[in-house]
Amino acid sequence: MRLGTEPTALTRWIILGVVGIIFAIPIIALLQFSFRDGLGGGYTLDHWTGLFGEDAARTYRGLFQAIGNSVVLAIVTVAIVLVILLPTMILVHLQFPKFKRVLEFICIVPITVPAIVLVVGLAPVYSIVVKIFGSGAWTLAFAYGITVLPYAYRAIQSNLDAVPVVTLSEAARSLGANWLTVLGRVLLPNLRRGVLAAAFISVAVVLGEFTIASLLNRVNLQTALLQVGQSDPWVAAIFALLALTFAFVLLLLIGRLARNRSDS
Amino acid sequence: MTSSIPIATTIAPSLATEGATVELIGVVKDYGSHRALNSIDLKIKPGEFIALLGPSGCGKTTALRALSGLELVNGGQILIDGVDVAAVPTNKRDIGMVFQSYSLFPHMTSLENVEFGLRMRKVPAADRRARALEALDMVGLGTFAERFAHQLSGGQQQRVALARALVTRPRVLLLDEPLSALDAKVRVSLRDEIRRIQTELGITTVFVTHDQEEALAVADRVAVMKDGVIEQIGTPEELYTTPATPFVADFVGLSNRVSAELSGGKVVVYGKKLDLLGEPMHDGPVTAYIRPEDVAIEGKGIPATVVASSFLGSLRRTQVVLDDGSLLSIQHDVDTRPQPGDAVFLRLKGAPVSAVPRTVNAPVAEVAVP
Amino acid sequence: MTVANAPALTSTGAGASPRRQSRSGFAKYLGLTPFAAYVVLFLAIPTVLAVTTGFFTEDGAFTLDNVAGIFAPNVLATFGSSFWVSAVTAVVGAVIGALVCYALLGTRAEGALRTVIDSLSSVLAQFGGVMLAFAFIATIGNQGLITVFLKGIGIDIFANGYWLYQLPGLIPVYIYFQVPLMIITFMPALQGLKATWAEANATLGGTPFTYWTRIAIPVLAPSFIGSLLLLFANAFSSYATAAALISQGAQIVPLQIRSALVSETVLGRENMAGALALGMIVVMVIVMWGYSVLQSRTSRWQR
Repeated sequence: MRLGTEPTALTRWIILGVVGIIFAIPIIALLQFSFRDGLGGGYTLDHWTGLFGEDAARTYRGLFQAIGNSVVLAIVTVAIVLVILLPTMILVHLQFPKFKRVLEFICIVPITVPAIVLVVGLAPVYSIVVKIFGSGAWTLAFAYGITVLPYAYRAIQSNLDAVPVVTLSEAARSLGANWLTVLGRVLLPNLRRGVLAAAFISVAVVLGEFTIASLLNRVNLQTALLQVGQSDPWVAAIFALLALTFAFVLLLLIGRLARNRSDS
Repeated sequence: MTSSIPIATTIAPSLATEGATVELIGVVKDYGSHRALNSIDLKIKPGEFIALLGPSGCGKTTALRALSGLELVNGGQILIDGVDVAAVPTNKRDIGMVFQSYSLFPHMTSLENVEFGLRMRKVPAADRRARALEALDMVGLGTFAERFAHQLSGGQQQRVALARALVTRPRVLLLDEPLSALDAKVRVSLRDEIRRIQTELGITTVFVTHDQEEALAVADRVAVMKDGVIEQIGTPEELYTTPATPFVADFVGLSNRVSAELSGGKVVVYGKKLDLLGEPMHDGPVTAYIRPEDVAIEGKGIPATVVASSFLGSLRRTQVVLDDGSLLSIQHDVDTRPQPGDAVFLRLKGAPVSAVPRTVNAPVAEVAVP
Repeated sequence: MTVANAPALTSTGAGASPRRQSRSGFAKYLGLTPFAAYVVLFLAIPTVLAVTTGFFTEDGAFTLDNVAGIFAPNVLATFGSSFWVSAVTAVVGAVIGALVCYALLGTRAEGALRTVIDSLSSVLAQFGGVMLAFAFIATIGNQGLITVFLKGIGIDIFANGYWLYQLPGLIPVYIYFQVPLMIITFMPALQGLKATWAEANATLGGTPFTYWTRIAIPVLAPSFIGSLLLLFANAFSSYATAAALISQGAQIVPLQIRSALVSETVLGRENMAGALALGMIVVMVIVMWGYSVLQSRTSRWQR
């Protein structure tokens, strides 16, 4: 304050206000658009109510199916994170501390190798995947597990760093627990925050993923949105808003989880 | 980063000052409804080294920060050389301050850090460099001028911080628990070095700490604080031998808390009459504070059984249990080697004691936790 | 107290009780194989494929033709456009984002304002792509909210062509997710400014001006530039937004890859995509290497 380290309240609210308004405009425009009555001007609730009408299931079948695909994708991706990434991270933390750097590097690589590059090499891999698992959209989750690695890793690792995992498991072992008990009763309850955060972020990333789905010719929420947008931009706008809001709520919950932990 | 600290032998003549007088008169500081400083009065002589001592939350750091201007006070006066500086901003008060940790600017070398205050005073470059090097020499780090903070140990960082604070020849030097974040051994040698430098330069110094051994070791006078109030100011010896309040008696040094009776103005403990320190009180049951070194183990006297005995290098501390179940801690020379289970006899040496009124249901006697 | 000294009761644990000393060297790595296999299959192999297909023709013969094709004028121009868009949006995003971070200094980390801005930034920075494209079409598209509003007061923003659906149209949309990414990335650095530095500055006679110019900004510089590099990399590798806005054409490298992959007219374009992917990776590796160097400098200072 007097030291000049913080902005005055006036400065703060001017900056936040101006930036906030500019950033709100596209969202407001999207919302306003969803109420527009065709190209003629005027407003209507039809686009919203149409979602619940009798024809809705038929008219928007493609879209609802795409949403279903994305839900399945989210679930499978989270499963991959929980079943493959999480145990590996715990194992490395407990038994292979020298590999921590390697693991960290691996989980950062997907940032340097973006989806648009990865997908060039995924096409041949997926021709084999299709032979084994069929061509359903859910197999995309294998690729998604990689794209969410940086986010999920960071979420779980910050939890692992905050909890004295090695000491706790040694203490539990010295008291007579086997490894299963250590994992289930001692470690996982303490890792709940990081695991949930990783799960939520993974869901958000999967719902917003477009590149890999599009270039591997699968249907998910985003590809369907783009397609619907060409014939019925109003519904596209509605679902875009809903998806953004849903992701926002998910991430708010992560923040609240972190807060609860530090209060307890 | 060696563990032995080089002793600086050069005095920096350009840094010597005459020492300012510092006075706090009726200083009050509130944080909302919590009164952190409750009308503090403190008079510091030129060149004096004063320690503010007390537990967490007693207000010692608040008082120091009020002196520095980093906290604004709600009432009272702060005088430096007779001038009230309560309204003067920190950067104009001409003080030097050493913080507990992490205060060196990380992107600057030690030399640049030390030069910073001189740069703020627009001292020309050559002059600046010479004086900064002199200050670094004074703290024994002349060869570390090009090192960055992350290349220095904790003790070395604090010495650079000290040089940085002193190079501008401030009127007052303020130290906010400068040793608390350091290893025990470094703490002891660095506090002696701080004291030596301070004496040579003659700068008025205020030193905040929660470690009573540290305060007693370095300061000319110590102010013991509790709940925003100064309980007692005095030389280390005065505080130790004649504590003015039971809090001071308890906080400074170790004490046994023993059940006793105040009768006729004298404290009666195990049949022995001792003088009372501090304010006179009504007769009645009291808890007396007896120092471990004021009890002797001898051939006859109060019977007791040894529970445990610890060898502390230059002395021994022995815990005994008396017939009524109370525990006492006794400090004595190393030649007497009591074993657990031995039957011994105790004699109170007769030093005056502090006492506080006791409710009858209080525990019989307990050894104070150091 | 180590695992080896644990009482005998524990040795009957569910089969796998790995004790560091007693396991044979090979078996204990078993636990790492699921992850290793997964990463090899879906990260290592695709990456290697992506990088190396550029060196082969569709018949499998080694060739440098595809890589040479990168230096064809039109492809180089595409790289140039990608650089230009990424650089502009990175700089603008970094500056605005840094301003917002500054504005948030002093607010409670757990307070409503910060948590909302954190979550909002996460959403807009990472997950927006297609949806943001829609939002901008609704704002400054042909019938967009702002377009219509400005037309009403006599300003036709599309007087010189419908730029929203071409290269320049990417810029406002990219900035829209660059600013939140900057907020996420840069805020920790700003939070890492220690209060003692400002206090030391004051006790040494400095002013708020000297604090910012001599201490805070120099300390923040590596982190700021690092974040800027991250923003550059982010824009450079973005695909979804461009794909949603620009349905035909290949003005930036990701779109060039798209046309190479989905092209029905020219055979063997997948290998061209490989060459482009190689080019992209080279750029990304250089930029991310710079970012990590600056990050380690920052963490060294803000221990």
